[in-house]
Amino acid sequence: MSLTTDPVSGPYQYLKAQSRWRVLEVAFWLCTLLPYFLFPNYLVLASQIAITALFALSLDLILGYAGIVSLGHAAFFGLGAYAAGILSKHGWGEPITGLIVGGVIAALVGYASSFIISRFRHLTLIMITLGLGLLLHEAANSAHFLTGGADGLQGVKIWKIFGLYGFDLWGYTAYTYSLIVLFLGFLLARRITNSPFGLALRGIRENAVRMPAIGAPSHAHIRKIYTISAAMAGVAGALLAQTTETVALEVLSFQRSADTLVMLVLGGAGMLYGGIVGSAIFMIARDQFSGINPQYWYFWIGLLLIVVVMVLPNGVLGGLKKLFTTWRGPS
Amino acid sequence: MRKLFVSLGSLAAAALVAAPASAQQPIKIGLIMPYSGQFADAATQMDNAIKLYVKQKGDTVAGRKVEFIRKDTGGIAPDVAKRLAQELIVRDNVDLLAGFVLTPNALAAGDVSEQAKKFMVVMNAATSIITTKSQYMVRTSLTTPQVNESLGTWAATKGGVKKVYTMVSDFGPGLDAEGAFQRGFKEAGGEVIGQVKMPVANPDFSAFVQRAKDLNPESIYIWVPGGAQPPALGKALAERGIDPKKTRVMGQGEVTDDAALKSMGDVALGIITAFHYDPNHNSAMNKDFVKSYNEAYGRNPDFFSIGGWDGMHVIYEALKKTSGKTDGQTLVDAAKGMKWESPRGPISIDPQTRDIVQNVYIRRVEKVDGKIVNVEFDKVENVKDPVKARMK
Amino acid sequence: MIGPVIGVLFDGFAYGMLLFLLSVGLSVTLGMMNFVNLAHCAFAMLGAYVTVFLMNDLKWPFLATLPFAFLAAAFVSVLLERTLYRRLYRASDLDQVLLTIGLAFVSVAVAAYIFGTVLQPVQMPPYLRGSFNVMGVNFAVYRLFLVAVALAITLILVLTLEYTRFGAQVRAAVDNQRMARGLGINVDGAFAVTFALGSGLAGLGGALAIEIVGLDPSFAFIYLVYVLIVVSVGGLGSIGGSFLAASLIGISDVAGKYYVPELGAFLIYLVMILLLMWRPAGLFGRR
Repeated sequence: MSLTTDPVSGPYQYLKAQSRWRVLEVAFWLCTLLPYFLFPNYLVLASQIAITALFALSLDLILGYAGIVSLGHAAFFGLGAYAAGILSKHGWGEPITGLIVGGVIAALVGYASSFIISRFRHLTLIMITLGLGLLLHEAANSAHFLTGGADGLQGVKIWKIFGLYGFDLWGYTAYTYSLIVLFLGFLLARRITNSPFGLALRGIRENAVRMPAIGAPSHAHIRKIYTISAAMAGVAGALLAQTTETVALEVLSFQRSADTLVMLVLGGAGMLYGGIVGSAIFMIARDQFSGINPQYWYFWIGLLLIVVVMVLPNGVLGGLKKLFTTWRGPS
Repeated sequence: MRKLFVSLGSLAAAALVAAPASAQQPIKIGLIMPYSGQFADAATQMDNAIKLYVKQKGDTVAGRKVEFIRKDTGGIAPDVAKRLAQELIVRDNVDLLAGFVLTPNALAAGDVSEQAKKFMVVMNAATSIITTKSQYMVRTSLTTPQVNESLGTWAATKGGVKKVYTMVSDFGPGLDAEGAFQRGFKEAGGEVIGQVKMPVANPDFSAFVQRAKDLNPESIYIWVPGGAQPPALGKALAERGIDPKKTRVMGQGEVTDDAALKSMGDVALGIITAFHYDPNHNSAMNKDFVKSYNEAYGRNPDFFSIGGWDGMHVIYEALKKTSGKTDGQTLVDAAKGMKWESPRGPISIDPQTRDIVQNVYIRRVEKVDGKIVNVEFDKVENVKDPVKARMK
Repeated sequence: MIGPVIGVLFDGFAYGMLLFLLSVGLSVTLGMMNFVNLAHCAFAMLGAYVTVFLMNDLKWPFLATLPFAFLAAAFVSVLLERTLYRRLYRASDLDQVLLTIGLAFVSVAVAAYIFGTVLQPVQMPPYLRGSFNVMGVNFAVYRLFLVAVALAITLILVLTLEYTRFGAQVRAAVDNQRMARGLGINVDGAFAVTFALGSGLAGLGGALAIEIVGLDPSFAFIYLVYVLIVVSVGGLGSIGGSFLAASLIGISDVAGKYYVPELGAFLIYLVMILLLMWRPAGLFGRR
């Protein structure tokens, strides 16, 4: 990375350079407005991509930056979804506060579990996150009175946003709402990763043993980022619950955790845009393949994953970046 | 007699409109099912029946061509099902929605049907409340209470069972079935001596079967989701030495469907189930249906198939009645009270609840000509969904 | 009252042995070669379909199909190892996850395409069916058979890896690849054979699992979680560890369901989390 190639600039200058907005980034966010004009019939899908992207971004914060591989992150997504859903079922369907409540509840549980998470690494960590996620899934199934069990939560009704914009069949409101929340989440993630705290996290990812040796409290850092990530996942879950007005056990499922991990890795972990690009590619591919061939589309999506790994290691963005550097020649 | 008039009426209606409507736009039907994933076989069987229906009855109805757009939910995913329903209506301009194997998906799409005022045919999902989600919805499969409450009542009366131990999967449908069975059983004077709820994802049943055996009950009632679990449970019963011929084992029909019977073998003999359809149902119509189904797909139809078949029947007949008009209100009005002879027997759509009314057959697993099959030996006629009947 | 207890212990142990057979192959590949192979259960599924095909379509006896379940899975895995896996030996874990998940997706679609989505019915031969009663305790014949196979495989594996030349080469290649190459060990070959062995065992496990858990195309994913649990609790690369972990999990799962059925669904995960918190590297783990 450029950190090592340029010894003149210190970390402060590096961070400052990183946090400057590049043309490509501005272009990227302008592109997210294209669906309104080019694909007005695909806005519902676009809104779900935005939500999944936010969830993948939250996973990227812990996986790409702190090296915590989690197969149970859907736990926080689901907590947010159920929190927003249950709130609206009991008479408070205001969306913005619903999002906040979803995020706060996920953050609380995230903070509590971070004391366990920060003690483990590698396969053990993966399996503990997986186990905790599955436990929560079973608990939600058992708590029939609260969650509606396997039939899903019934009676979710979300009010209009600011009392003005109701959720329509075309998905205009859903996409606008999800996109704005995704962008805010992205700004937060960008701010975090380009801060000294973000650098410390990357240090943990690279060498978890050396960080405490140079005086960085790595456990505290991990707890902090894990809580932030959980909150963001909770907001994403609440968004899904609100825009679809449905919550079912599936929001907590292992498959959702695994799919999102696949999307993040597909896009490229540890570079902010990876989760967004990955979820867009994966979900558009799935929509198209399963539209053409509803029974055997798994074949094509599997092939897509295999080809990407073979041609573009470190995900689409990672691979492209590498190709780009080779093309420009060594700097 | 009334049946005759209805079909004559619809024939006449069809004849009247057939000619001038021929140049019209096709009728688009959006099918939402779990074509991939754990429940893929349900979608396969349902889709097979839909294709067979179109092959036999033609792809034009009321002078308009019928087109299908198939969408995969990949399993239980109400958010996806809802999005697909929205997209089908907004983007593909479908005239009606059909399919729906799984309850959460049907509930979510029900909202869209209500909002967009589109006719929706639920061809399987069996939780009672689904049809209350949209006033444009009908169901052609079954409701869990319909079958299980009937079985409970039957067991305590004609079945002569006094005491039962119940074993069900610990999630929505299983709990529904348990509640319905116990209600019917207790109201008819039976006694539940014990119960156990088993995890949904449960590859090994030995512990639960041992618990049941410790109580040495007169009879056992089981409900597990169709697929890999019924044979696993059946084999576990046999391994623990519970013989259905001595301890009466009862359940909903999935427990002894074709695949389950094949892998259980003789172990299954004597199990009693209640269900609305079996490929061995004795009627000329069913024999034709099973024969042509086998010719086309090389296997027997099952309850997913019959739900799809009768769902198509409702769609076709309703379209004939409305002369090809497809707005939700007209179609659902045409479907209300519809009554016909299906391969499963006489069925109708309840005009109040838009839910199915049908016979529940009581069957026993027996060996006939060397093959192990469900043999119907009793039935409860014209059963309505008991939950919605009580709501009123 | 001792009858049910022994019965439950035996059932749990047999269930554990089923988990062991399904997962021991992954323990070998993940532990020895450090390759995250999430397509492991796809190889198990392949073996299972081979057995079903030979039994139902060609009318072979069940026992005769088992070697072919092993060989088919091993053969296909070597093909994939030579063409795809080997390019990623040095790649990140995450890329390996992506590749093997992709393979698992493809396998599900291919299985559905060839064999249909239907649950495959199998009938075990009469001598493996039923149960017998010893002093009030029921022993199911098939479960005894599972236990016997699992014990035999454990023995063979441990002996091969600990006491043969091949075993020594594999262990050397794992500990220090460069040094092993320097000593003239054919590291590529050793890895290919290890991989084939691991996948072949998965194929065998799959074939033996049909009778208990059934077979349809979703097999490649459903049992992945159980397999990962056994491997992580047992400790990477430890056959004895996997054996112990599988027995512990099987027995606690079955015993738990028997005595506290209310906790039935939670038990396996709780046991895993507690064991991992107690011994983060697994029971017999080295790292």
